[in-house]
Amino acid sequence: MNTIVETDGLGRDFKVRDGVRRRTVVAVERLSLRIEPGEAVGYIGANGAGKSTTIKMLTGILVPTRGTVTTCGLRPVADRRRLAREVGVVFGQRTQLWWDLPVRDSLRLLASIHSLGPAAERTRTDELVDRLELGEFLGTPVRQLSLGQRMRAEVAAALLHSPRLVILDEPTIGLDVLSKQRLREFLVAERRTHGTTLLLTTHDMGDVERLCDRILLVDRGSLVYDGTLAGLSRTVGAERVLVVDLATPTPDLVDVPDTRHLGSEGDGLRQRLAFDPDATTAARVLAALAGRTEIVDLAIEEPDVEEIVRRVYASRR
Amino acid sequence: MPRRDSNETRYVPVIVRTYLRLFVAGFRRQSTYRLAALGGLVANTTFGLLKVALLFAAVRTSGGELAGYDVAMMSTYIWISQGMLGSVNLHGRTEIADRIRSGDVAVDFLRPLDVHLASVTTEVGRAVFALIPRGVPSVVIGALLVGMALPDDPWAYPLGAVSLLLGIVVSATTVYLVGVCGFWLLETRGVAILYMVVSGFLAGLFVPIAMFPDWLRVVATVTPFPSMMMYPVDVLSGRVDGAAAVGLVALQVLWLAVTVTAGQLATRAGRRRLEVQGG
Amino acid sequence: MGDLAGLTAPYRAVLGSRIRAQRSYRTSFLLDLSSSVLVGLVELAEVWVVFHAVTELGGLDLAAVVLVFGLADLAFSLADLAFGHCDTLPTYLRAGTLDVFYLRPQPLLLQLVTSDISLRRLARAAVGAVALGVGLAVNDVPWSVGSVALVVLSLVSGVATFAAMFVWAAGAQFYLVDGAEATNAFVYGGRYAATQPASVWGRPLVVVFGFFFPMAFTAYLPVVTLLGLPGPDWMPGWLGWCAPLAALWAWALALLTWRAGVRHYQGGGG
Repeated sequence: MNTIVETDGLGRDFKVRDGVRRRTVVAVERLSLRIEPGEAVGYIGANGAGKSTTIKMLTGILVPTRGTVTTCGLRPVADRRRLAREVGVVFGQRTQLWWDLPVRDSLRLLASIHSLGPAAERTRTDELVDRLELGEFLGTPVRQLSLGQRMRAEVAAALLHSPRLVILDEPTIGLDVLSKQRLREFLVAERRTHGTTLLLTTHDMGDVERLCDRILLVDRGSLVYDGTLAGLSRTVGAERVLVVDLATPTPDLVDVPDTRHLGSEGDGLRQRLAFDPDATTAARVLAALAGRTEIVDLAIEEPDVEEIVRRVYASRR
Repeated sequence: MPRRDSNETRYVPVIVRTYLRLFVAGFRRQSTYRLAALGGLVANTTFGLLKVALLFAAVRTSGGELAGYDVAMMSTYIWISQGMLGSVNLHGRTEIADRIRSGDVAVDFLRPLDVHLASVTTEVGRAVFALIPRGVPSVVIGALLVGMALPDDPWAYPLGAVSLLLGIVVSATTVYLVGVCGFWLLETRGVAILYMVVSGFLAGLFVPIAMFPDWLRVVATVTPFPSMMMYPVDVLSGRVDGAAAVGLVALQVLWLAVTVTAGQLATRAGRRRLEVQGG
Repeated sequence: MGDLAGLTAPYRAVLGSRIRAQRSYRTSFLLDLSSSVLVGLVELAEVWVVFHAVTELGGLDLAAVVLVFGLADLAFSLADLAFGHCDTLPTYLRAGTLDVFYLRPQPLLLQLVTSDISLRRLARAAVGAVALGVGLAVNDVPWSVGSVALVVLSLVSGVATFAAMFVWAAGAQFYLVDGAEATNAFVYGGRYAATQPASVWGRPLVVVFGFFFPMAFTAYLPVVTLLGLPGPDWMPGWLGWCAPLAALWAWALALLTWRAGVRHYQGGGG
């Protein structure tokens, strides 16, 4: 199997007009990376770090200023039309469906656009409708769908032609917990059954944790981390926070092993404890608490991608 | 709504200042579209030159004078009307129409401002600004390329300025009426298209109304459209002067009164309708 | 033939769905149709008012100018029907929806052109067709195989020329984006110019709308040739036969501009 994405010194500048003067903005500096078939890669970084620009260069929408890029063994700009058959892209913010047509019609049109045969079209549509649970709103015009429904339809639209590489740009943005959950489960299953390669940009830690086995972190157009999430958390110390609601007002829980007391509210009715998931577990912390006080409710806060990104950026400056 | 109490007297200047700010905001927003203004100028000039070719030929074929226009006066008509294009709404699309369709107008009703006046003021601010990148250059280009007639009577200038402003305001108050149809109609695009088709023609955009056959001229006169463009152009060019010019301005004031009254009534009725239907 | 069907299937599918979608909003569609008729009629009225005030203009009388109007307007409306929505490119560019076209395995321009069709412009074309029919009836047309060929050739070339104008404008939008009105000057100004007797134009207009954007070739020049009228000084009598050449030139201009525009979008702009 061939490498799915291979870039070498890939970079892109933009000329922007700043009043009368023109200046050059470097969106992507020099990016060299390889993505192998079947990988699931989270591409993260702050806004303006060059994520969208990279995606556009991988798919042939933008011509690189420097360096080389090969996607699915093709040159994206020169072989754009062949590449379109190998790649599916989901843009969280822009639609590829026809807003005034029912979902079913949009899928039919896309099947036609990608020249799927009748048999392939039926099998694949049935599979996607079933797994993404599109059945209940197949006949609804896209503009009447809820955001969660629309996103599932978008994913179906991007995956209809069974692309080898699926790129998802902020796929879960604005979705409720249940919709996120369904979408992630679908993507995991899709990858397992078809060996699809996933590349996604996201601000959502849940996406990264549940979908990606590798993370690429970009800062100001350069790659600053390439590895697992656990590794990244280790480098920047990604603490989790246990929030407990207690039955009675309690003095600050400052001496629980392996935790750090962050604060209390309402006379100590709600307290926040930070812990390092490598040093202890939420269960152990809870066990330590259980003997001392009655816990009514609890929640675990995870650092979001922004927080991790911020810490990485801070450590570099 | 302003509370009617002892604060009333202090309230008035505040209200004036608010509308002034709306006017300036409309003005400012336009200034960010410089490239658009340049594009508009190219379009204005091109259409102007085509009108010059056709209408000058018409004047010359009729022995140098047609419906009271000689070549120089025809040129004045063409370039002033082209210059007003960016300021007079002849396309029927307005922000208020969009806000009514999207339901955002409910928010506007919560503000202590008259929705009608606020919308018209913003539109007039936008329109007056458009005179700078579109109006003045059109007239200058026309004067340089083709030459223009100037009115003999010095009174034509101040009166013309008043008439021009009235034209812009009447255009804003009239097109507002198209927008508020949205309180009762699901889709105002049809009304806007109708407005677009009829307004340009009857405002005298392509052919001066004086060249219309009699019956068509009568039709035009009983609409507010000539007040938006034809009358200001006639006054500014000096084709109509003296008492007749004052008469045209009076006619504009009349149409202003009619359209403002209609706008106030429609806005109130629309608001009641919103309240009854719960937005 | 089977290959052709396969190749055109994606476009036919999209166009078919657009047509069904427009017809399904019946009231809105009827409204669009009638407003299109009205637009056509008012444009005809503008020409008529001028010719009502004078009997003859630039070598054309009212009958001849109706023929020019009919030919130009029918050609423009048909081009507008199929290519008019290329005007929406700036909206696509601003919203980023053009990127979606890049992800489909068809050429961009073909996707843009076949992304929609404005059936309501059929009503507008009907006005043009009626004007053309009336124009052919009221003028003293020397009917022969040659004159029929001239009318058909001019109409087909006219549609192609106006279509090229839309494509040219779309290509230029990649550079202008907010300056869409500048291209309107030549697309819609071109339509207006095409209904005029080109003999009244000064030199700059002859250069711009006579040859660079060959608007005079869509109706005026063929009509002068057809009716054997005295044309402008710069026109030999046979020039009316050159409408196909004008259409070829317009398409060359359009495709070069489009190509440059796409390169600009991928390379320079952001």
